[in-house]
Amino acid sequence: MNDQRLIQRDATMSETKISARGVNVYYGDTHAIKDVDVDIRDRMVTAFIGPSGCGKSTFLRCINRMNDTIESCRVEGKITIDDEDIYDRKVDPVQLRAKVGMVFQKPNPFPKSIYDNVAYGPRIHGLARNKAELDEIVESALKRAAIWKEVKDRLSAPGTGLSGGQQQRLCIARAVATAPEVLLMDEPCSALDPIATAQVEELIDELRQNFSVVIVTHSMQQAARVSQRTAFFHLGHLVEFGETGEIFTNPKDKRTESYITGRIG
Amino acid sequence: MTDATAEGPRPARAHHGSLLVKDARTKARNAAETRFRLYGAIAVGIAVVALVGLLSSILYNGASAFRQTFITLNVYLDPDVLDKNGNRNVEEISKVSTFGYAPLIEAAFETAFENPEIGIEGVTASDAEDLISKEAAAQLRRYVLANPGEIGQTVEFEFLANGRIDGYYKGRVTMQSAERDSNVSPEQLQLADQLKAAGLLSTHFNWDFLTLADASENRPEAAGLGVAIIGSLYMMLVVLVLSLPIGVATSIYLEEFAPKNWFTDIIEVNIANLAAVPSIVFGILGLAIFINFAGLPQSAPIVGGLVLTLMTLPTIIIATRASLKAVPPSIRDAALGVGASKMQSVFHHVLPLAMPGILTGTIIGLAQALGETAPLLLIGMVAFVRDFPAAPPEGLFDPAAALPVQVYNWTQRADPAFTERASGAIIVLLVFLLFMNAVAILLRRRFERRW
Repeated sequence: MNDQRLIQRDATMSETKISARGVNVYYGDTHAIKDVDVDIRDRMVTAFIGPSGCGKSTFLRCINRMNDTIESCRVEGKITIDDEDIYDRKVDPVQLRAKVGMVFQKPNPFPKSIYDNVAYGPRIHGLARNKAELDEIVESALKRAAIWKEVKDRLSAPGTGLSGGQQQRLCIARAVATAPEVLLMDEPCSALDPIATAQVEELIDELRQNFSVVIVTHSMQQAARVSQRTAFFHLGHLVEFGETGEIFTNPKDKRTESYITGRIG
Repeated sequence: MTDATAEGPRPARAHHGSLLVKDARTKARNAAETRFRLYGAIAVGIAVVALVGLLSSILYNGASAFRQTFITLNVYLDPDVLDKNGNRNVEEISKVSTFGYAPLIEAAFETAFENPEIGIEGVTASDAEDLISKEAAAQLRRYVLANPGEIGQTVEFEFLANGRIDGYYKGRVTMQSAERDSNVSPEQLQLADQLKAAGLLSTHFNWDFLTLADASENRPEAAGLGVAIIGSLYMMLVVLVLSLPIGVATSIYLEEFAPKNWFTDIIEVNIANLAAVPSIVFGILGLAIFINFAGLPQSAPIVGGLVLTLMTLPTIIIATRASLKAVPPSIRDAALGVGASKMQSVFHHVLPLAMPGILTGTIIGLAQALGETAPLLLIGMVAFVRDFPAAPPEGLFDPAAALPVQVYNWTQRADPAFTERASGAIIVLLVFLLFMNAVAILLRRRFERRW
């Protein structure tokens, strides 16, 4: 790990995009997230790290209300995006999810063509008025996801026929195509080999220019490589949150230090 | 961690013998496996033998139903009998009943006897007429009414031979049995042999078996499956149109949308129970509700279809729910993640992936319904129906038979010629079922996609 590089990062010049206050999440009787406050800044990569079962994925899924699909799940507290409470009664989660895109742990392209995978979001949200516009959206999304060169000649081939790394980048393209403002990534590299991981990480760094990216990761190296700010979760608590360089080189909490040095986790 | 294990006493090192010699446990294990494989092979063998036995017995008994003996005669359409006024008015001609046509056939035999090679002592033309099916007069009458212009001419007709004569060429009737039989005499059989030698009697494929309506007890040779096939097709139409949308909608709602509470639990348990309800119970239900309460006609394919729909629904619902469950949740997440609504995720992604399973379940349900007999007996589908139902939708309310009921019906009859026809009907039923299963496999192949 190059510590020098970490410290040099500029992570202060940005405004708050997502803000969570007193968030508690329960799965039935299990208290999964305990009183979490966090501010996620715009145009920046925020990493959630922590041992398995610490609630980082759960918290991530609160941001686009994917937890609504789980029957026993209950969310308390307040999460705002651009100062709007996303758990307000008036908010339609479908509209929210168009604004907050998500990339999942396992690449999950639709069993359709590469083109249709990317075009699906824009189609259902009516982002394109005609075929030419849709083509344009698909092309730019695939370019942003750094997969255009590999697939431009076989857009009608099934998305499931791509390699794991390509599939994950296709999923990123699919998420990007709906023009979201926030991109949530739930361990996007855990099913990928090192080369594909490097490609996706590079991509995440580029996506920062247009989106607020929140990434959950098991790999501390990955968090250090791609993020500007890091949150450390432990047993449902947000233990420490700050600039990535600060967390990795000078953790304030004993537990963070233990985790980073490999004593717990 | 490593400190703790280092302190304890070391376990004695296990002593393994030579790998070239099998120890007792390995031998016992291998023997158990060999025995299990043997049991499996025996079980499969029994199943195959049973199936082959069943099929070959049905084919052996039923294949001859598709072939029938015909007698070719030149019939003079006598204007003195058919059209006394000579004005070729179809209405007047139609006043002549089938009894009026019988003498024409008798006369045709007399003409045939002019051939010196044909004729047995003691067999008159009237006796010879018994060689021909009672259906022949009706056939003749239909022809004349359709072509009144040919009255006065001699026309060649191919008549169905009587069931006994047909049975003689299929080995069912012998000279010995004919002696004891009041319906046929050995002399008549000899005459038939002569007709055959003269090329007037032949046995060939009989489309009428598939197209004609059922016939009465004493003319098995004319009995066909036409009405039964149409009735079964109509019922399948009703079942498909009703049970597929209802079943799929129910499954999608229960699987994807319904809240999980005690009420949906009860519904679920009841659907599973409904699948196990004996089919005759559905027949009683159909009789009580559709016929007695709703006043729908008896023996009508619409009622049969409704009853079979009730029976098929649980099968379709269970199959559809299983195939919806089998769609990986990651696909639902993916759709919801890009901002699709619940319904969009189901209809755009989940349902297409579940389609092969749904179609297979539906077709298996339909195949089950096609072979179902008991409930149809209760709603009067067992009636003797001679008239073809009209085209749908009106035809759905006309009386009709059904294939399995026709089989049941024919096995009840005394004349052994009906045994052959019942087996023939089973073959037709099996061909339909095979066809449906083939379609199910084909659809599954076509719609199957990897994910």
